[in-house]
Amino acid sequence: MPQPLIDINGLAKTFGPIKAVAGVSFSVDKGEVLGFLGPNGAGKSTTMKMITGYLAPSAGSVFVSGYDVARDPIGAQGEMGYLAEGAPAYGEMTPHQFLNFVAAVRGFKGVEKERAVAIAVDRTQLAQVLHQSIDTLSKGFKRRVGIAQAILHDPPVLIMDEPTDGLDPNQKFAVRRLIASMAKDKAIIISTHILEEVDAVCSRAIIIDRGAIVADGTPGELAARSRYQDAVTVEVNSTDAQGARKALKALPGVNDMLDISLDGDMRGGGAVLTLFPEPGQRLIEKVSALVTERGWKVRSLVAESGRLEDVFRACTTADAGNGGAGQ
Amino acid sequence: MSQVWNIFKRELASYFATPLAFVFIVAFLFATGVFTFYIGDFFRAGRADLQAFFMFHPWLYLFLIPAISMRLWAEERKSGTLEILLTLPIPIWASVLGKFLAAWAFAGLALILTFPIWISVNLLGDPDNGVIIASYVGSFLLAGGYLAIGAAISAMTSNQVIAFVVSVVVCFLFMASGLPLVLDAVSGWAPQFVINTVASFSFLSHFQSIQKGVIDLRDLVFFAALIGFWLFVNTVLIEQRKAG
Ligand SMILES: Nc1ncnc2c1ncn2[C@@H]1O[C@H](COP(=O)(O)OP(=O)(O)O)[C@@H](O)[C@H]1O
Ligand SMILES: [Mg+2]
Repeated sequence: MPQPLIDINGLAKTFGPIKAVAGVSFSVDKGEVLGFLGPNGAGKSTTMKMITGYLAPSAGSVFVSGYDVARDPIGAQGEMGYLAEGAPAYGEMTPHQFLNFVAAVRGFKGVEKERAVAIAVDRTQLAQVLHQSIDTLSKGFKRRVGIAQAILHDPPVLIMDEPTDGLDPNQKFAVRRLIASMAKDKAIIISTHILEEVDAVCSRAIIIDRGAIVADGTPGELAARSRYQDAVTVEVNSTDAQGARKALKALPGVNDMLDISLDGDMRGGGAVLTLFPEPGQRLIEKVSALVTERGWKVRSLVAESGRLEDVFRACTTADAGNGGAGQ
Repeated sequence: MSQVWNIFKRELASYFATPLAFVFIVAFLFATGVFTFYIGDFFRAGRADLQAFFMFHPWLYLFLIPAISMRLWAEERKSGTLEILLTLPIPIWASVLGKFLAAWAFAGLALILTFPIWISVNLLGDPDNGVIIASYVGSFLLAGGYLAIGAAISAMTSNQVIAFVVSVVVCFLFMASGLPLVLDAVSGWAPQFVINTVASFSFLSHFQSIQKGVIDLRDLVFFAALIGFWLFVNTVLIEQRKAG
């Protein structure tokens, strides 16, 4: 059985009394884009720092392309590209100088080096700022320099810590498209707390909280755990509100109902009722049949689907650890 | 070894990317001038040699070298670029060596730029150029010793000011261990071999012996061992940092 490109077992890190990462195991195969989710201070960055060999684990192991990061960090690092949190870079250098330095360190020479730098510059659209010192670049360009540096050697494994943090919507879109375009032949981990990003680029998501994995699955599977999965939301007007409340709540298969009454001056009153199903139940047909039967004036009838955000909130604590993302 | 070269080039270029290099070199030349001509009384001494010039190097370096070395690691820790450096496939020893050599080359450049003084003494008289060359070599080794200490201390902190102050203190101890001030304090109670050992650790005694014009193997070994030791300490400190 071929080994997955990234293989992590029982990984843990303690900083004095703080358990930043508390025994995390997972693996990532070629072709997968893993979204690493969790509130601030959950341990995402610390995990990535251990994968890339910046921090030594307190316990556990990381294998990258078969290299043990603890034993052979240089071998493993050759297989990886890494965008660290906040995309640090040598500010006095220009992107051109910086990328050439990284290319030289990655073993490129002469024409090969020029080609590798040119491709990375092209993919991250850095051409217009190539000879301007990195210190003077906007946040978006700085981030792209960090990404260019990480993908320069076309590594089989890519680790990116909040690649779209602080970017405007267009830049976010461009970065996501870039990640998606590389997904096919790499194992990629991106950390984020933007949940829409997971739907946009990830084939799988792991949610961690206080250093431990609390959920692992495809975005669809995770969303399906949401109580909104197969829920139905009906908006009825004020004359029908009272009757609808009672009848819908009593409908077989309904587990719970969220009832938001609208004031008279809000859309002319009435109520927005969300019905949550018992496990495995589908409600939309029953609800629409009941609506027709009773002749309620319905403003909208929506079949909900699972919300990742809801799952995220349900399985993480509001403020993990001391909430710091600090060094 | 090619990684040492990559680091060396990047570091050396970074000195010249800011006015830092220029400021340092001007300060160095100015200070050597002041020491040599005013305090060292170069002209009235009426001798055609550079003793007055070299005599002050250990003191000058005490402040100027930590000013170079303080940023070597502290700046990378502060700005987060250490995370790039340590996650690129570069052995830590290669980064340590490359950074040190770049700083040393830079100090060497500043030293070379004092050549007008050398030319002057040759115009004024007939100096022993062998002694002068030996003294330049000695001064360069001395700078290397200070730098190796300063680099290791810079690796302990992300604060450049702390790195500077601690480096000055430690360098002073290494220099001063050969001064009568320190030796007298020890000689009252310690056995002779302790005194000799303390004195033998002094930059000053080794520098002065080279300044006489003979580069003794013992002096070379001293500086090589000292630099090697501190670079090793530097590597261990960076390696340790991984533990968090
Ligand atoms: N170098 C460090 N020293 C002490 N505590 C740290 C250090 N790095 C991170 N932590 C702590 O570890 C926890 C996890 O941090 P981090 O991995 O940065 O979280 P995330 O990236 O998920 O926001 C936090 O409580 C943080 O304060
Ligand atoms: Mg983080």
